[in-house]
This record gives sequence, C-alpha cells and structure tokens, in this order.
Amino acid sequence: MNLAVRDIRHNAGRFVFTTVGIGLLLMIVMGMGGIYRGLIHEATLLVDRVGADLWVVQGSTRGPFAEISRISATLEDRVRAVPGVARARRFVSHTIQRVHRGRPLRMVVQGLSWPDDRGAWIPLVAGRALRQAHYEMIADVSLRLPLGEKITLGRDAYEVVGHTQGMVGSSGDGLAFFTVSDALAIQFDVPGEAVRLERAARRARLENIEIGRLQPLLLDRAAGPSSSIPALSKPQVSAVLVTLHSGADAAAVRATLGNWPDITVYSTQEQKDLLLSGMVDKAKRQLGLFRVLLIIISTIIIALIIYTLTLDKIRDIALLKLIGARNRVIGGLILQQSLLMGAFGYALAWWIGQFAFPRFPRLVVIETADLVSLGFIVLVISTLASMLGIWKALRVEPNTVLSA
Amino acid sequence: MSAPAVEVQNLRKVYGSGHTEVVAIRDATLSIARGEIVGMLGPSGSGKSTILTAMALINPPTSGQVAINGTPVLDGSKALVDLRAFRRQHLGFVFQKANLIPFLTALENVQIALEVNDTAPKAARQRALELLDYLGVAERANNLPVALSGGEQQRVAVARALANNPSLILADEPTAALDSQRGRQVMELFAKVAHERNAGVLVVTHDHRTLDVFDRIVDVEDGGITERPLEQPK
Repeated sequence: MNLAVRDIRHNAGRFVFTTVGIGLLLMIVMGMGGIYRGLIHEATLLVDRVGADLWVVQGSTRGPFAEISRISATLEDRVRAVPGVARARRFVSHTIQRVHRGRPLRMVVQGLSWPDDRGAWIPLVAGRALRQAHYEMIADVSLRLPLGEKITLGRDAYEVVGHTQGMVGSSGDGLAFFTVSDALAIQFDVPGEAVRLERAARRARLENIEIGRLQPLLLDRAAGPSSSIPALSKPQVSAVLVTLHSGADAAAVRATLGNWPDITVYSTQEQKDLLLSGMVDKAKRQLGLFRVLLIIISTIIIALIIYTLTLDKIRDIALLKLIGARNRVIGGLILQQSLLMGAFGYALAWWIGQFAFPRFPRLVVIETADLVSLGFIVLVISTLASMLGIWKALRVEPNTVLSA
Repeated sequence: MSAPAVEVQNLRKVYGSGHTEVVAIRDATLSIARGEIVGMLGPSGSGKSTILTAMALINPPTSGQVAINGTPVLDGSKALVDLRAFRRQHLGFVFQKANLIPFLTALENVQIALEVNDTAPKAARQRALELLDYLGVAERANNLPVALSGGEQQRVAVARALANNPSLILADEPTAALDSQRGRQVMELFAKVAHERNAGVLVVTHDHRTLDVFDRIVDVEDGGITERPLEQPK
C-alpha cells in the first residue's frame, strides 16, 4: 500500500497548489537555462551561417562583435590577392534603433558584399534574396516588417524583399541584411548641417596653416565629399570575411595575413570563443546565479511543505511506529511525497514551458541534456528537502499517540 | 498449558531523581493468560497508563521484567528483543480515540497493520476484509474514518489490533468517547475477541457499568497493582 499517494490524495489541495508553485519556479529555472542556450545560439548563429574560414578585423581589436572594428573597405582586395584565399567579402555589422510606425525598432544591420555575396547562404522563410545593389533588405520576422514594407533609414527607403526566422544578433535584436554600401550609408548617414559644419571646420583649419594659404585648391578639395579627399580613407567596414580554397593551408594564409600590422585575424572558432567568453559569459554567470537561487528557494519551499505535512501526521506516524512499522516505511512515506512533489513540479514546468517559452522575448533553447540535468537536480533537491521531515518523523516516540 | 499472554514482575518506574523523583509504578506484578480479559481500574495518576505503556514496550520500566507470550522482552529498561518487531508480531492496541489514519479507508487501516508485518498486499486485504466482517463493519470498508461513527471507528481499531493475531491486546479507555450502549458493545467485543481468538486482553477503564464483561479486575493505586476479588464485579 502506498501511503504517500493516499496522503497526497487526502491533502490534494495543498499538494496541488504547492506543486504548481514549485512547477512555476522550476519553469523559470528551466527557462533561464534555455535563455542561456538561446544566447549562445543567437551569438554564434551568424558566425556559423556566414561560412567564413577567417575573420580579418582591425589590428589589436576583437571585433566586429565583441568591440568596434574598422578597416578599410579596400582591404578586401588585398586579402583576395593572398595565395590560398578563394573569396574575400566585406562585412559590416552595427546595431541601430529607429522609430518605425510609432514604435521603436532595433535591428542589427548586416552588410552583404554585393555583388559577390547576395545572401544565398541566408535561410529565407519567405520572399527572395537581394537582387539589386541598393534599397532592398532582408529582415528577420522578429522585426515585424512585412514583405513589401518600405522603411526609411537615413535618407533612403529600403524595401523588405525577404524574411528569415530566428536570425537574431547576440543582443536578441533581429538581423536585417543590406548590401555593404547601403549598410554603410545607414551607418554613416550624417545630417546636412553636420556636413556643412565639418566642411567649415576643414576650411578654417586650412586657412590657419601655411599650406592652406599657399595652395588655395586644397580649400576646394576640403569642401568636397570625404571619400574624394586622398588623405581621408574610403568608407570603412567592420571586417573582411575570408573563404579559403579547398585544401589550402589555413595556417599559411593566416601567417601571411598576420604579418600585416593593421589587422588581426581570427578563425571562425576563435570568433565564436570571443563572443562566448565576452557578452555571453556574463549573462551565463548572471543566469546561473539566478538559477542557483531559485533552486535553493524551491528546495526550501518543498522542505517546509513536506515538514508541515509531516507535522500534520505526527500522530499517524506515532501510530505506525506503535504498530511496528519500520523506519523505512515512515521515511519512504515522506521521501516519496517529496519526490512526487518534485516530479510533478518538474513535469508541470516542462508543460507550461511548452506554451510560455515561445512567448519569451529572448530565444529559449531547451536541450535534452539540460532537461536531464535539471531532472537530476530536482531529484537531489527533493531528496534533500525530505530530510527535515524524515528527521522529525524518526524522532517521534510511539507513545505520542497515547499522550495526544 | 500455554504461556501467559503477558507477565510482568516487580515492575518499577521512576521519573526524575533526587528531590524530583516520582515513583510511577512500584513493584507491580501481573499475569494475564491467553483467552482472558482483564479490567484495570484506578484513579487518574495512579499509574495505569504507565503500566500499560510498559507492557506495550514503548515506555520501558526502571526495573522489573516483562515477558510476552513466554518470551522475556524487557529486563528493566534493557530490551531483550527488537521491540518494534515484537510489537508488530505480538501486540495489538486500542485507544480512547480510535486513532485511525485519516487518509486511509477502514479497510486500509486494518490492511496497513498486516503489511507492516510483511503480509503480502493481496492476502492482507483479504484478511482485513474478514476482520471487518467479523466485527460487523465490512460494509464500511471503503469509507474514510471521517465518514464512520465513533462506534464504527472503534470497531475498525479493534480489527486493526487483531490483524496479526496478537497474543496480547492492550486497550486504554476504549469506551471513553462512546455512549453507554456503544461502549458496552465494544467491551463485549473485547470479551468475544479474548475468548474466541485466544488473546489476552487488558482494558484500562473508568467505566464501571461494563465491569461484568471482565474475567478479572485489577486495581491500580499509587503505582501498585491489587487483585479485586472475583465476585465483586458480577
């Protein structure tokens, strides 16, 4: 006869309410683990999908995701000339926040190296890839921009021609793919007044130095666009993505590029490690701390409820001892109740999570290994939580039933 | 001739020491044969319950011997056997309140006593049903205690006490919570159990209206036991 189940049936209300509470707590613990996995997934998604063998970034930086990296767009041509390199693509990545149709819209702007890279590697769920050099974009569905929608960024309007799903950056913001030139135009869009002020400042500086006074033509050059001034570089990109020839010696290519003092080279794995050891690591520790706290709280709640349930049946336990029940029968009653509470709470957490997790603002990735490890943790905390009740029960004297 | 259901000799129980020493039982000696029902009377605080709990192996005496069904089990406070195992195999208990486990049905309350004594669940269930039938409450087998009357609960408690064919049944004021008619029925039930099932029954009671059911009566006063002449209760 299973005493635990019969007692639970008798105290069904209390058991159900406690289990629901435990279930919600465990769902949050489960969700936090899922958010951490989601962070890893989101952070490494683009690095995985873009299919580069090497990432060339600004010298001595850990860009383009961990920190700002700016390199000349012409670097693409230099890299392409290195033996073993099959393909080099400019890569631009930056986050913008604008207001669209009255709501704030954050997106990670990704530049595709048009026409070499038209986004064929991007998994589309609707629409098509980019077909022209300007004014088209592919947006993740999380940005809630329907196909055909036109959105003004800077001075130009861009039409959404394709949709991805689940393509978000490490911050959780949806990715939007443009050509590199459009991405740069969005990044370096400067208001007319700022341009005029900059030109005036250049003119003032030239007028104050001798060469400016001796070479008046320089004043005309300084008044033109930045890109046409020889002393100023062309628009800069975040990185150059390198794809190697099949069978090429990656170490040799890397060694060649490593001799260039203005850049730093990372492999795809190193780029992922940089992401995971930076932003994701802090989030991991934060989420981990919350998980530990919630697990401790769950343990305390289960322990207190089991202890209370034990106190409620002290006379029954004394009676069981009086009629000769072994300690394992009494301990088993309490342990089984605790385990059932944990097990039902865990099952409830999983079930509620099926509905709740897809509605979380961040991606939640629940992996089987995480479910198994949380199940094991629930088993351990349920066992620990029963100890207080078992300790109390084993101390009860059988004559309690007579004196009560 | 079979061994007595219980035999206590020179039982002595002392609480505290020095100035606070209280002697609860002093040199109590009592023997109850199997098939015999004995009533134990005495004022409150006379030591009845202390003697009962010593016989129940849950409150060992300071000195003296307790033997149950011919087996020495206590020598002073020293246990000579595994007391809990001995209780489940040889003793049955009935209290003032039925003390049924509230989350078990009447049937399960009897069945649990059998299962803790290693009876297989199916056999335990069958035996529990037979006992409830014997005590006239078989039709309430699947009811929780809360749905039973006081008399029915006490009958279930008696069935539980009988579950493992104990050689000794100890009852502590089992009719105190019942009206006189139901109290008498329960007392007659004890007599029936003692005579038909060959168990020794010791009933601690204050109820003088049912003394006629006892084969013997002992009085407890100041921790000592004295036998009452046989004719007196009749």
